[in-house]
Amino acid sequence: MVTYPITMTVNGTDRTDAVEGRLLLVDYLRNVLGLTGTHVGCNTSQCGACTVLLNDQAVKSCTVFAVQASGGIVLTIEGMATDGKLHPLQQGFWEEHGLQCGFCTPGMILSSYDLLKHNPDPSEVEIRHALEGNLCRCTGYQNIVKAVQYAARNGVLSVPAEESAQTVGAQEENGVAG
Amino acid sequence: MAYASLIGAKVKRKEDPRLITGNATYVSDLRLPGMQYVSIVRSPYAHARIQGIDTAAASGMPGVLAVVTGEDLLPLYGPMPMESGGEGEAVHDERDLGHTHYALSVGRVRHVGEAVAAVIAGTQAQADDAAAEVTVDWEQLPTVVDPEKAREPGAPLLFDDVPNNVERVWTHTEGDVEAAFASADHIVGQRLLNQRLCGIPMEGRAVVAANDPATGGLNLWTSTQAPHLLRTDLCGALRLPENLVRVVAPEVGGGFGVKIGIYPEDIALGAMALKYGVPLCWVEGRSEHMLATTHGRAQIADAEVAVQADGTVTALRMRILADLGAYPVAPGLSELTGRMATGSYNIPAVDLEAVTVFTNTTPVAAYRGAGRPEAAYYIERLMDLVADELGMDPVEVRRKNFIPPDAFPHTTATGELYDTGEYEKALSKALEISRYPALREEQRTRRLENSDRLLGIGVACWVEMCGFGPFESSVVRVEPGGTVTVLTGISPHGQGQETTFAQIVADQLGVEFDQVVVRHGDTRETPMGQGTMGSRGLAVGGAALVGAVSKVRDKAARIAAHMMEAAPEDIVLAGGSYQVKGAPHSALRLAEIADRAYSDDLPDDIDPGLEATSFFKPPELVYPFGTHVAVVEVERETGYVHLRDYFSVDDCGPRISPILVEGQVHGGLAQGISQALYEEVVYDEQGQLHSGSLMDYAIPRATHFPMFTTDQTVTTTPHNPLGAKGIGEAATIGSTPTIANAAIDALEPFGVRHLDIPMRPEKVWRAMGA
Repeated sequence: MVTYPITMTVNGTDRTDAVEGRLLLVDYLRNVLGLTGTHVGCNTSQCGACTVLLNDQAVKSCTVFAVQASGGIVLTIEGMATDGKLHPLQQGFWEEHGLQCGFCTPGMILSSYDLLKHNPDPSEVEIRHALEGNLCRCTGYQNIVKAVQYAARNGVLSVPAEESAQTVGAQEENGVAG
Repeated sequence: MAYASLIGAKVKRKEDPRLITGNATYVSDLRLPGMQYVSIVRSPYAHARIQGIDTAAASGMPGVLAVVTGEDLLPLYGPMPMESGGEGEAVHDERDLGHTHYALSVGRVRHVGEAVAAVIAGTQAQADDAAAEVTVDWEQLPTVVDPEKAREPGAPLLFDDVPNNVERVWTHTEGDVEAAFASADHIVGQRLLNQRLCGIPMEGRAVVAANDPATGGLNLWTSTQAPHLLRTDLCGALRLPENLVRVVAPEVGGGFGVKIGIYPEDIALGAMALKYGVPLCWVEGRSEHMLATTHGRAQIADAEVAVQADGTVTALRMRILADLGAYPVAPGLSELTGRMATGSYNIPAVDLEAVTVFTNTTPVAAYRGAGRPEAAYYIERLMDLVADELGMDPVEVRRKNFIPPDAFPHTTATGELYDTGEYEKALSKALEISRYPALREEQRTRRLENSDRLLGIGVACWVEMCGFGPFESSVVRVEPGGTVTVLTGISPHGQGQETTFAQIVADQLGVEFDQVVVRHGDTRETPMGQGTMGSRGLAVGGAALVGAVSKVRDKAARIAAHMMEAAPEDIVLAGGSYQVKGAPHSALRLAEIADRAYSDDLPDDIDPGLEATSFFKPPELVYPFGTHVAVVEVERETGYVHLRDYFSVDDCGPRISPILVEGQVHGGLAQGISQALYEEVVYDEQGQLHSGSLMDYAIPRATHFPMFTTDQTVTTTPHNPLGAKGIGEAATIGSTPTIANAAIDALEPFGVRHLDIPMRPEKVWRAMGA
């Protein structure tokens, strides 16, 4: 089996591994790093359960090879809370009953995070559009939209500590104040 | 005090902290030492004989531990338990109609996706690689996919002993149907399709199986709604006693009915884990889900009603043809459709038939509503067709035929005993919050203006049966420190009973909400239960909880009486503490009573300990109801049906946790609306699945829905101590006919009387004569 060396910063921790070329980023996160909060729901990049942030951008990690992500910075659901304090998006999903079975929730939170970083005060239409790539079978999206609105109202701009200075810099470039 | 008002309060879910941080454990998150991975080899043909399976190449692939065929496992287990995947009371039928089917098929397959072999390897990729190298020598057989063709003479037979592929025929007649039709002023009939759907919980199925050195038995983690029922079936197939088998449903990522029954992978992994002595993991891929997890609905109904000039419906005739797919997983569901065929209406005469047929397709079983959405769809379309025929407002036709509130309990002509209902009240409220007259006025204006966005208004009045038995169970245990552990026989997977049940315990036992932990989904620690399905969690599981709480409270009162030197009958639970009536200064907290309960300082007539078990057997089913109103706009140029507004008024009795009930309504609406507008499983004539991934099967997205307006009326049931009815399936049942009625209403200027769901743009566009 041919393997390739990869390095990656995941939730603020530097990782180095040797992986098969065909290993998907989601399988690297789940099976190699043990970060099982990122889920697989469809294998065809339709459902968004596997959404993580790669270099400050939401990606479906079932459609990215681990080797493609090498050198990158990855944020998963496990990196959202800081010092035991929930991120406002996590708080929003809890406050607004934005989840039932919870399987889509990590992907929803990461996609919402991507939205709010680029658009801190989105309209309902903009939220729905931003979440179009994330399927939920439980909630009819009603309270998910409300959860994102809650986070927008309640300081989503606090950045998870695990994110690097580079990510914070990218936020500032997008005109997002800290 | 706070905990004295928790029932009906808005509380944040206990389940959520683990789910929003990525710390929950679904089956596919489990990692056992030495665990091996399984890939299933599936049939590419809808009907074929297996002439031989060549496993040699696959066996030599890297990492492969074993390649296993159906023949290999035959000595280790019996056939698949059938009739395991439905809702409603268990059906006992010992006939051998397709009941000799094995977890890994032997000799013959009857649908695409049927499991015929399994590969065990060190990684999932190695297992998948080797599975691709397993060669099966197939002899294709004639295929039948259309259920109407399946029952025709000369159709290919799935089972040699089942003539015309007819698995069963259910009939029910009541009243003088012939006379009613003979004297009718109008006869309104329609053939109504209820298309096949796929469940698509966001987590597919997954199984981890490991032998248990402690007992020599088996531990099985599986994504199921009913771990105890699954254990019973697993033990039957593997010929093991129940005390050697532990079934765990850890975090389960949605079910919607398709995770009720046992599946081939549960049994195959169990058998292989025992055979090879290593833990095994299988995780369903999404395309596997669409091929190998049971589908839902798949009915055709030919229905007609006899109607008097004033709109009174006097009789209903209905012939239901139910597509069972390839195996009898849930053959009783069409009977549930028949039993709910008259809906909210007093229709005194019925002539009903449900014919259930085998086809070379994935088996059809429970999917959110399971037989009742079909019934609501049929009767609510018929009511609109009656209105159309008579030139009446659809609302007035419904009012004309409602079962009046003073007629309850009401035995329907279909034989159901409806408990309670205030149908007019729910209808009136729905019309009020939707501003129905103003909507009709807007519609008139639009039509006069010849608008290219056609406004449609749909109304449906739903009722359903739920709260199935035969029983549910609960243990309530006050721990020595005064915290409370609840063990329940239901198995929630998103419904939130860890929260709802804690609210009930807090209120009724006098303990802080935060001090209550509710455990479920593990047969090793929870009492024998039925699981979560059929909108029964609160109405049946909650009732069992109330029974156990009541026993514990009574004992706590006896201990408190001893501690305060009072008579037990003088002890009251007030403001969260146990007090002597009229002397609140002497209050004892539950923790103090628990401390005494586990001490040696008890009188001889009180046993130590503070816990109780209760089993609740529902005396009758419960019948929640409601009225929904939808407003759609149909684009004249494209046929696209745009949902503008949705109003639902649902009556499930008292709500313990209103925000969770509303969540159930939201999700239910989404699924019902989606059946009306988007979803459909499509096979070709050879039984190949065309809708085999989420690229081809339309699950609705956030952009497809507006914010829903939800409201309620409250009618209690006498059949359980909470007075609660079910809510899980309610909104799904109500919304499909509401949307269909709205879309067809929009097309009235084009003379469209009926269109089958789903209302996809092309179909709607063609109906407008474009």
